[in-house]
Amino acid sequence: MALKNYIRERFFPHFWCAGCGHGIVMNGLIRAIEKLGLSKNDVVMVSGIGCSSRITGYLDFHTMHTLHGRALAFATGIKLSRQELKVIVPMGDGDALAIGGNHFIHAARRNIDITAIVMNNRIYGMTGGQYSPLSGYGTMASTAPYSNIDQSFDVVELAAAAGATFVARSTTYNVIEMAEMIQNAILHKGFSVVEIMSQCPTYFGRRNKLGDAVDMLKYMNRTTTTIGSQWIDEDQELIEIDSEAKEEQLKIERGIFIRKERPEYCAAYDEVIRRAKEGK
Amino acid sequence: MQGGLDKGNPKLRELVINRQWCKGCGVCVAFCPKHVLELDDKEKAVVARFEECICCRYCELRCPDLAIEMPLLPQYGPNDLSA
Ligand SMILES: Cc1ncc(C[n+]2csc(CCOP(=O)(O)OP(=O)(O)O)c2C)c(N)n1
Ligand code: SF4
Ligand code: SF4
Ligand code: SF4
Repeated sequence: MALKNYIRERFFPHFWCAGCGHGIVMNGLIRAIEKLGLSKNDVVMVSGIGCSSRITGYLDFHTMHTLHGRALAFATGIKLSRQELKVIVPMGDGDALAIGGNHFIHAARRNIDITAIVMNNRIYGMTGGQYSPLSGYGTMASTAPYSNIDQSFDVVELAAAAGATFVARSTTYNVIEMAEMIQNAILHKGFSVVEIMSQCPTYFGRRNKLGDAVDMLKYMNRTTTTIGSQWIDEDQELIEIDSEAKEEQLKIERGIFIRKERPEYCAAYDEVIRRAKEGK
Repeated sequence: MQGGLDKGNPKLRELVINRQWCKGCGVCVAFCPKHVLELDDKEKAVVARFEECICCRYCELRCPDLAIEMPLLPQYGPNDLSA
């Protein structure tokens, strides 16, 4: 099907700023679903609140735009009651890991068959550029005018430690790779997390003097690499912006980090119901 | 629409840019390996050198505004990622 069959054209042009990475994530997500040949009726997309979360309004699946940080809770209810549906939850970094951090780790721990996509622009875009748990030490934000002292989470390590059975990372620069990872995540049976590093030129870019969307995409290309090929980096810009990277002088890895099997939550629940009905 | 398919990719029918949706971010222009695209004086992407296009589709896939479409000639089948 052509791309236009997957979107609600009446809401376009969309509300995201020029060059916002969230549009590229949406582009890749549509290509992934198109490639899998999923029927629009078999896909439910649930989001919370944030610039990123507005994605559900633009896509023509079954969609729910819910509460800030709570999308995974709604999605859990949907998945438990309609297991045949593919449930995809796109979230901002604040939505997923600040206010929604608890839902995130527990969905991972349960290994419920949901695909979580963390659209990580390292900032609260919607509310004016406050720092998020992914901004990182030394970055600038409207709530950290003298630079941020909070250390950031590593989404991949966090998701893996919490029990997610598929964990991957890509960026909005690496669009083909990103679409392939989303496809794999959707096909995976269990809780899958895809972190997509995205750009917010309006707040993160401007505050941190990273330039426009084109510059930010080039920066992601320079500062990330496929798993296993990290190397000592002498890139001055990288060293200036990210003191963690300065310490380690390593690039951020992209790829599929975890892909394993573990009992899935809905299947385990069905089993309990079956046993209860049999009275044992 | 510019013609001259002799140099470019023979599959490509046209490169359509939706001017209502384009926000002029310049992403397609900056990353086109063949410098096919430019921003015009209204800050909208335009096809400047259609005949150079190798049909890599990076502009279409990276456009945050879904403003680029690259329909192929009908004999080349569905226009998916592998096309
Ligand atoms: C319960 C609640 N608390 C706070 C807010 C205000 N709020 C709206 S969006 C947002 C953060 C958005 O950041 P993120 O999730 O990273 O998404 P982005 O906008 O960057 O895509 C906040 C704090 C809210 N809507 N609801
Ligand atoms: S504020 Fe940032 S995240 Fe929000 S639409 Fe603009 S660029 Fe995107
Ligand atoms: S990438 Fe899209 S929105 Fe940006 S200039 Fe090109 S066509 Fe316009
Ligand atoms: S398809 Fe590739 S070569 Fe053709 S205009 Fe787009 S980016 Fe340039």
